Amino acid sequence: MPSVRLVNIAKRYGEITAAENVNLQIENKEYICIIGPSGCGKTTLIKCIAGIIEPTEGEVYIDGKLLNKVPIQERGVGYVFQEIALFPHMNIYENVSYGPFVKGWDPEKAGSLVEEMLNMMALRERAKDQPNVLSEGAQQKTAIARAFVSGSLLLLLDEPLGSLDAKVRTVLRHELKRMVKDLGLTAVHVTHDQEEAMAIADRIIVMKAGRIIEAGTPVELYLSPRALFTANFVGEANFMVGEVMQVTNKGVYVKMNGAVLHSSGKVDFKEKKVVVAIRPEFVGMEKSGVRREAWKGTVENVIFMGGTVRYEVRTDNGELIVVKRPFASDTYRWDAGSHVYLVFPPNAVLLYPYPKAGLEKEISVE
Amino acid sequence: MPSVRLAKVTKRFGSITAIDNLDLGIEDGEYLCVLGPTGSGKTTLLKLIAGILKPDQGEIHIDGKLVNDVPPQERNTAYLPQDYALFPHLSVIENAAFGPTSREIDREQAIEISGKMLEMTRLAGRAGSFPNELSGGMQQRLALARALASGVSLLLLDEPLGALDARLRVELRYKLRSLVKDEGFTAIHVTHDQEEAMVVGDRIAVLRHGQIQQASIPFTIYNEPKSIFVANFVGGANFLEGFISERGPSGSWVQLRNGLAVRIKETGYSPGERVVLAVREEMTEIVKPAKRNGETNVFAGTVTSASFLGSLIRYEIQLENGDVVNSRMPVSLRNDSVLSGERVYVRLQPENIKTYLSPSGGLYIELEAV
Repeated sequence: MPSVRLVNIAKRYGEITAAENVNLQIENKEYICIIGPSGCGKTTLIKCIAGIIEPTEGEVYIDGKLLNKVPIQERGVGYVFQEIALFPHMNIYENVSYGPFVKGWDPEKAGSLVEEMLNMMALRERAKDQPNVLSEGAQQKTAIARAFVSGSLLLLLDEPLGSLDAKVRTVLRHELKRMVKDLGLTAVHVTHDQEEAMAIADRIIVMKAGRIIEAGTPVELYLSPRALFTANFVGEANFMVGEVMQVTNKGVYVKMNGAVLHSSGKVDFKEKKVVVAIRPEFVGMEKSGVRREAWKGTVENVIFMGGTVRYEVRTDNGELIVVKRPFASDTYRWDAGSHVYLVFPPNAVLLYPYPKAGLEKEISVE
Repeated sequence: MPSVRLAKVTKRFGSITAIDNLDLGIEDGEYLCVLGPTGSGKTTLLKLIAGILKPDQGEIHIDGKLVNDVPPQERNTAYLPQDYALFPHLSVIENAAFGPTSREIDREQAIEISGKMLEMTRLAGRAGSFPNELSGGMQQRLALARALASGVSLLLLDEPLGALDARLRVELRYKLRSLVKDEGFTAIHVTHDQEEAMVVGDRIAVLRHGQIQQASIPFTIYNEPKSIFVANFVGGANFLEGFISERGPSGSWVQLRNGLAVRIKETGYSPGERVVLAVREEMTEIVKPAKRNGETNVFAGTVTSASFLGSLIRYEIQLENGDVVNSRMPVSLRNDSVLSGERVYVRLQPENIKTYLSPSGGLYIELEAV
C-alpha cells in the first residue's frame, strides 16, 4: 500500500534553492494538497516523488522503499500534468486504455475497467472522439481517467485543473476527490488555488520559498493557522499591529491605536510586538454600539459578491477592516457612509509575534 | 470621453460565428465585465472594439463615432492581451514609456508620465529591472502601467488577472478596480471567473455562443438571473426538475420526481408545463428539529457529504425523492453537529425559488454548457 516519506529533501539549481530541508510523511489513502505561491517549490517536490527530478539531498521512500535512483516508470505512480497530455492520434477510449494495453493486461478485464471509468467521468458518449474535438474540461477528465485506469495506487497530480475555467474546475474537483476515495487511492495534488485544496484535501501542506511552512487539515489551517503566512494565504484576513498589554486567564489584551483587542488565544512567545489576525467573516457588525468593546467606524466601500457582501470599514482609530456578511441571512444592509460598530469575538482573534522580515514581506503572496 | 456602442455586430471565422448579432452599450467611466465560458466569444468581442479584428456585419461606435474602419492606434484604446506582451529587452520604465513615446510626446515628458504610473502600480522601485526579473503580479501591474501611461481613456483588459495565482488574483482585483475608477477610465474586462466579475464590474455582461444572455449590475445578475445558464454560471444553484401540478392565485405547486411537491410563487406557467426550479445553495437552509416534517417546503434528507471550504461549509443532501441538493453555510454560523450520514430537514422558501421553463435540449445541456 502506498505511503510516501520524504526525508531532508533539498533541490538546488546552481545558486537557486527550489526545496530545502523538506520532511513529509504521507499516509496510505490520504489525499494531500501542496499549496503555495509561484516558485515556492511545490512542483519540484511532486516531481521528486514522481522521479522526474532527482533531489540534490535527501531520500524519497514509497511504501518504505528508497526510490532515489528508480525511474518514473518503475515507481508505480500515475501522473497528471497541468498541460493536458493526451495522444492526439488516439481516440478517448484508446487514450484511457493505454496503460492496461502497454502493460499487457487481460483485455477483457482492462476493457471493463476502462468502461467503468468512462462512465464515472461521463465520457462514455465521447469514447470514439479524438481529443481535439473535446472541450478542455473533457480532455482533462480523459487524462485523469487514464491515470486512474493505469492501476497505480499513488496518484500525483500537478495542477490537474489549472488550465480549466473557474466553473469547470469547481465541478471537476469534486469528481476527483470522489474517485480517489472510492478507489482507495493515495493522492498528492499540487495547486496554487487554496480553495481547491480546502475542498478536496484531507491534509494541506503550505510551502513558501522551498520550505514547508505548515501542514494541517483544512479546518486547522483556516481556523487556527500556526503561521502568519498561512493566515493570509489560506483565505483572507485582517492584520493589525499591536502590543501585548496584559495576559490574564481570560486571554490576551492587545493595545493598538488607542483601542484594545481581546483574544482568547495564548501567547507562547516572548515578543511584545504582535500581529493580530481576524478573518472578515468573523468580524461582527452592528448598528449601535451597545458593547463597550465595539469599535466605531464608517463603511467606505460595499461590494456585493453574490452569497456574501464585502464591506470595507474605516474605524475611528484609523484601521481599514474588511467585513464579510452572508447575503441570505443578513436582514440589514449597509451603504457606503453608514456608521457602524465592529465587534471582534475573542475566539476569532489570532495572535502572532511580529515577524522579523516585517508584516508586508512575511504575508506576501508573490 | 469614451462611451462604446456595438450595434448588431457579427464576426465569423469560417463556419463558426464567434459574435452573433450583438448589441452592447458601455457608458463613459463605466467598468464593464464580460463574463463567459471558454469559446463564448469574449476575446473576439474585445479585439473587435480594439480594432484588431473587423466585424463582418454591424457597427462599432466609440465616443459616438463610427470606428469600423479606424485602425487600432487611432481608436484611443489600450488593449491588454492575456500574456501582457511586455518587451523583454526593455527595462520596466522603458516598457511603461513605450505608449507615450509611440504617441510622439517628447521623451522627457513620457518618462515623467510613466514614472507616475509606476508609482501608482507600486513598481517605482523596479524601474531599472527587466520584465523577466519581475514576478507574475508585477508583470501584470507593469502591463497595466503601460496602458495607463499611454494616455488613452478606454482600457480593454483580456483576462488581466488570469495568469496569476488564485490568492494573488483575489488581492489584485480590488486594487485593479480602484486604480481604474480613481483615474476615471472606462474599462472592459473579460474574464471567466464569476466572482472576479462580481467584484470588479459596475455591470456584468454574460456572454454565451457570441450573444449576450444578460447585462446588468452584479446584484441583479445574481438575484434575478434570466436563464438557467446565467443562474448556473454566476453563483451556481440547485436545479430541480418537475412540472406544474396546480396553479392558484397566490402561488403554484410543482411536482418533482417521485411525487415531492414544492410550493412556489405565482409564475404564469400552466399546469402540466415542465419546469426547472433553481435555488441558491446559501438559500437552501438546513433546519434540524424533527418537528418540521409536514411544514410547507421542508423536506427530509440525509447528509451525504460535508466539505469545509474555509469561509463556508458545503453540505450535500440527498432528499427522500432521490434529488440531491447542496447547502452552504457561513463558517461563522456553522453547526458542528451536522455530519455526514445525519438525517436533516431542508427548507426552500418559495420567495427564494426561481422557476424556468424546462429547456428543450434538456437541463443537462444547459448546465454542461459552462
